[in-house]
Amino acid sequence: MSQTRFTKDHEWIRVEGDIGTVGITDYAQHALGDIVFVETPAPGSTLAKGAEAAVVESVKAASEVYSPVSGTVTEGNAALEERPALVNESPEDEGWFFKLRLADAGQLAELMDQAAYEAFLKTLD
Amino acid sequence: MSDSDAVLLTTPLDGLHRELGGKMVPFAGYAMPVQYPAGILAEHLHTRAAAGLFDVSHMGQVEITGPGVAAWLESLVPAEIQGLGLGRTRYSVFTNDQGGIEDDLMISRLGEERLFLVVNAACKQADIAHLQRHLAPGLTLTVLADRALLALQGPGASAAMAPIAPEAAAMGFMSIGELTIGGIACLATRSGYTGEDGWEISVPADQAEALARTLLAQPGVKPVGLGARDSLRLEAGLCLYGSDIDTATTPIEAGLAWIIGKRRREQGGFPGAAIILAQLRDGPSRLRVGLKPDGRAPARAHTEITDSAGARLGEITSGGFGPSVDGPVAMGYVPAASAAPGTAIKLVVRGKSLDAHVAKLPFHPHRYHKA
Repeated sequence: MSQTRFTKDHEWIRVEGDIGTVGITDYAQHALGDIVFVETPAPGSTLAKGAEAAVVESVKAASEVYSPVSGTVTEGNAALEERPALVNESPEDEGWFFKLRLADAGQLAELMDQAAYEAFLKTLD
Repeated sequence: MSDSDAVLLTTPLDGLHRELGGKMVPFAGYAMPVQYPAGILAEHLHTRAAAGLFDVSHMGQVEITGPGVAAWLESLVPAEIQGLGLGRTRYSVFTNDQGGIEDDLMISRLGEERLFLVVNAACKQADIAHLQRHLAPGLTLTVLADRALLALQGPGASAAMAPIAPEAAAMGFMSIGELTIGGIACLATRSGYTGEDGWEISVPADQAEALARTLLAQPGVKPVGLGARDSLRLEAGLCLYGSDIDTATTPIEAGLAWIIGKRRREQGGFPGAAIILAQLRDGPSRLRVGLKPDGRAPARAHTEITDSAGARLGEITSGGFGPSVDGPVAMGYVPAASAAPGTAIKLVVRGKSLDAHVAKLPFHPHRYHKA
């Protein structure tokens, strides 16, 4: 049983058990353009909800990725070191950024579900 | 439409950019396409592989005519202009009394008493005022505000021009001439700012879109935005005014000593000559260099450069990802003692000190037309 939630900063988190996988949405990768570098957080680092967790760089600029919830990082996506373009090609699957062990699953309720995120996108530009 | 959009100027190709799906952003007061749907990476690589068409109509075009115009312009720039042959083009800078750079520009000799200048968009008002203020009696300055400027760049540029402008092939690198392209009378230089062969084409504004459509209809030609223009010129080691060169950098520090003519080195006679020629003689205390991070993380403008012990050397003035290099590239200023290619340095990116080294410019070899 997994559920995907979204932030207004265009991160997604998919939770299975107490592990959440975090990435950026298709909307975000499209807005950023060609991604050429990703820096993921080190395993063991603790992240507060909303804290800077990763960096994603396109040809033009660097952007921060924020942690949708609080937790402890268990893994960064090593595949992105070699192929940062995975974020463009498969943003909500193979292009995930990091996994973390949730500190408080209750925080998920503060995030948008798929329908709410899609409605939110319609309010942009 | 936001307030900031409302005051933006547009180029004669604005409608075409939007039709082609250009992502319009404010640049130097103009709405300009930063990229098209293909994206910066693809547009960059396409320019290196085939040909890219750029709208650079935001740049300023100025004609100055009259007796002694070449000698007069030498009072504002360090280039050899009196010796510039008819139909030849030269890169130069406007210097100030401190030896700093007010703008960089292209100067072409259209006639014995007729010069054509192309200056940066962000500087054009100041440049025109500067020229007007110093204009000698008998000279006439005309701002060619009713002309657009297109750049066709890339190894496929000559093949694209061949069927629509057969006379273009005979033009040498850094030459200028009247050129009819697809029936449209233009003024073109064989030059550009990508490190590739190509032309910069001045065309009446009301014919710019027809010209652009004609060029885009040629095999291998695709529209390219300002994003790729920036990564192309960075890989080519070319300076961006306002970033790599400005009023506080001299041509010598910027590695542009080559733009100072031999006679000008002996005679001076341009703003800041005493300072610039002293640096030429004694060597500058700092130099613009290429910088190559050893890892994959791009280092952007204003990133601090330190030595291996962490002492500050300077900062990056242009930096990012080089699509043809397939890695991060940058330029910045370091003390002359640290400027030799291969020198190990550190770049402080997001608080981390990353290994990098001084690299020879350009990062990607120039492939200009050789006659």
